[in-house]
Amino acid sequence: MLRFIARRLLWAIPTVFLVTLLVYVAIRLGTNPLASYLRINQRASPKKIQQYIDTNGLYDGFNGYVKGYFKWLGGFLTGEWPRSIKGSREVWPDFKASMMNTLRLSGIATVLGVSIGLSIGVFVALKPGSFRDSSVNTAAFIGLSIPPFVSAILLQMLFAVYWNRWFGSSLFPTSGVYPPGHRGFDLVLMLKHLTLPVVVVAIQIIAVYARYMRASLLEVLNSDYMRTARSKGISERRVLVRHALRNALIPVVTVAAIDIGAILGGLIITENVFAYPGLGKFFLDAYGNGDFPQLMPWMFFFTILVIMFNLLADVSYAWLDPRIRLE
Amino acid sequence: MSDDLEVQLAPADATAGLTVESFSPGRLAFKRYLNHKGAVVGAVVLAVMVIFVVLAPFTTRYGVNEAVFKAENGARNDFLSPRSIAWFGTDDIGRDVYSRLIFGLRISLVIGLAAAVFSTLVGVTVGAIAGMKGGLFDDILMRITDVFLAFPFLVALLVTRSLLVGVSWLEPFVGKPSSIQFVIVLFVIFGWMGVARLMRGQVLALKEREFVEAARALGATNFRIVRKHLLPNSIGPILVALTSSVAGAIVGESTLSFFGYGPQPGAGQTSLGLLVAASKQAVLPGFWWLVVFPCGLLVLVTLCVNFIGDGLRDATDPKLDTGGN
Repeated sequence: MLRFIARRLLWAIPTVFLVTLLVYVAIRLGTNPLASYLRINQRASPKKIQQYIDTNGLYDGFNGYVKGYFKWLGGFLTGEWPRSIKGSREVWPDFKASMMNTLRLSGIATVLGVSIGLSIGVFVALKPGSFRDSSVNTAAFIGLSIPPFVSAILLQMLFAVYWNRWFGSSLFPTSGVYPPGHRGFDLVLMLKHLTLPVVVVAIQIIAVYARYMRASLLEVLNSDYMRTARSKGISERRVLVRHALRNALIPVVTVAAIDIGAILGGLIITENVFAYPGLGKFFLDAYGNGDFPQLMPWMFFFTILVIMFNLLADVSYAWLDPRIRLE
Repeated sequence: MSDDLEVQLAPADATAGLTVESFSPGRLAFKRYLNHKGAVVGAVVLAVMVIFVVLAPFTTRYGVNEAVFKAENGARNDFLSPRSIAWFGTDDIGRDVYSRLIFGLRISLVIGLAAAVFSTLVGVTVGAIAGMKGGLFDDILMRITDVFLAFPFLVALLVTRSLLVGVSWLEPFVGKPSSIQFVIVLFVIFGWMGVARLMRGQVLALKEREFVEAARALGATNFRIVRKHLLPNSIGPILVALTSSVAGAIVGESTLSFFGYGPQPGAGQTSLGLLVAASKQAVLPGFWWLVVFPCGLLVLVTLCVNFIGDGLRDATDPKLDTGGN
C-alpha cells in the first residue's frame, strides 16, 4: 500500500510541473499581462513598467517563457508574490481571505449535500421501481439540469425581492458575507447570508450523490455475496450496513474525489451571482482585469488541488478495493 | 420488456407449431426508448420547440429588435408585464420577450448542435486512433484529458477562450471572439476530450473480441475494422455523449453570456444566453417575467435534451432486456 501511494506521489510531481507550465504559457499568451498592466495603469512611467516586467519575469521569446516560468515558480515558492496590477495590492492576504470564505461556503454545502444525497440514494435504492424511487430520480435529474446561476437568480428573486414585496422584509440577503459597513463577527448574520449560496451549491451535490449512491447500491444489492450474507443468518440490518453500504461506497468515493472540479465550478458561478467574496469571485475579477500576479497563484493552487484530489481518488480506491493495488 | 421477446408456444393442436416474434435491433431499441416516459415527453417537447424555431416567421409576433408599439405621448412600452399584446411581457426597450425567446433559441440550438456534432466527430476519431494504436500517443492524450476534464468547467473554458483571443494568427480559424463560430470552436476544443475518452474505452473493450479477430483474419484494415465493426457496436454510448454535449454547449453558451464572455450574434439576432444574462438586471427591480421565461426555457431545453439522452442510454443498452419489467 505504501509503495502504491509513493509511486502515485512520484508521478504527481512531474504532472504538477507540466500542467503549471502549460497554464503559465496559456495565461501569458491569453491575457497578455503587459497589455493589461498598461490598460489599467495608463500613466505608469517607463521605470515602473520595467519594474513590473522584471518582478513578474515577463520575458519574450521561447527562452524568455521558460526563464519567466522558473522565476515565477521560484518567487511563488519562496513567498515573494508580485503585487497585483490593479491598485498594487498584496495578493496573499486577499487570496487567504477569499479562501476562508470559500472554505466556509463549500464546507457547509458539501457536508449537507453529501449527507443528504447519500441518504436519499440509500432510501430509494431499498425500493427500486417504486413511486418514491421514480419521483426522486426525476427530481435529481431536474436538479442536475438546472444551471447554478439559474437556481441562484430564481432563489434571489423569490426570497429577497418578492418576499419583501409580499411580507414586508426579505427572508435572506442576496449578496456578500455581511451587510455593507458591518464590522466584527456575527454568526446569525453570517449564516443568513450563507443560506442561499449553500442551497444553490448543495442542490447540485445532492442530485449527483443521490443518483450515484442509488446506482451503486442497487448493483451491490443484486450481487451474490449479499445472498451469501443473508443465508448465513445475519440480520437484515447488519447485512445492509456491513456488507451492502461499505461496498456501495467504493465507487461513490472515487467519483467524489474526481468530481471536485465540477463542485468548484458550481462554486465559482454561485459566488459571483451572490457577490460572495470567495475564490471564485477572486478568479473572475482577476480574469476580467487580466491580473497576471493574481491569476497565476490561483491557477497554481487549483492545479495542485485538482491533481491532489485525483491522487486521493486513486489511493482511496486502492484502499477500499485491495484488487486495485495488485495491478 | 422480456414479454416482447418471448417465444410463444402455440397450442398443442395447432398446425403452426411454434411462432417466434422477432424484432430487429433497431425496433427493439425504439421500443425500449418508448418505455422511458421522460424521454418520450422530452422528445415531444423538443420537437415542438424546434417547429416553433423553424417556423419563426410565423410563430413570432414581432421582429427581434422591434418594439411592441412606439413609445409616444407618455405611453411607455418598456418593462410591460405579460399582457395580450406581449404574452411574455417586454424588456428594457419595449421588445417582445416571447418573440425574442424564439429567435434566441434558434441561435442556441445551432450552437448546441454544431458544437456537439463536431466535437463528437473529432472525439470519435482521436479516441479510435488512441485505442487502436496505444503506446505513447495514447498515454499523452489520456493524461492531458484527465487534467483538462478535472479543472472547473468555467475556468478551463475561460483560459482556453483567452488563449484563442490572445493568439492573433488563430483568428482566421476561430473567428472573432464575439462570433458564433468562435463559441462553437471553443466548445469543440473543450468537448472532444470526453468523447475521445469514451471511444477509446469502447475500442479497448471491443478490439480483443472474437468478431474483430475474425475481421482481422480476413484481412481487414484498422480503418475498416473501426468503421464496420467498432463504430456500429459503440453507437449507443456515442449517441448518449452527443446528446449530453448538446445540453452542455447550450448551458455553456448561457454561462459564458451570463458572465459577459459569450457571443454577440450581432444586430437583429440574440441568443438564449444573452436573454438569460439580461435577467440579472431584472431581479432587483422585480421584473419577474424577464427572469422566469428565459431561465425557464433554458432549463426546459436542457431537461428535454438530458431526458432524451437518458432514454437513448436505456434504448441502446441490451442488458436491460434480460431483467427489469
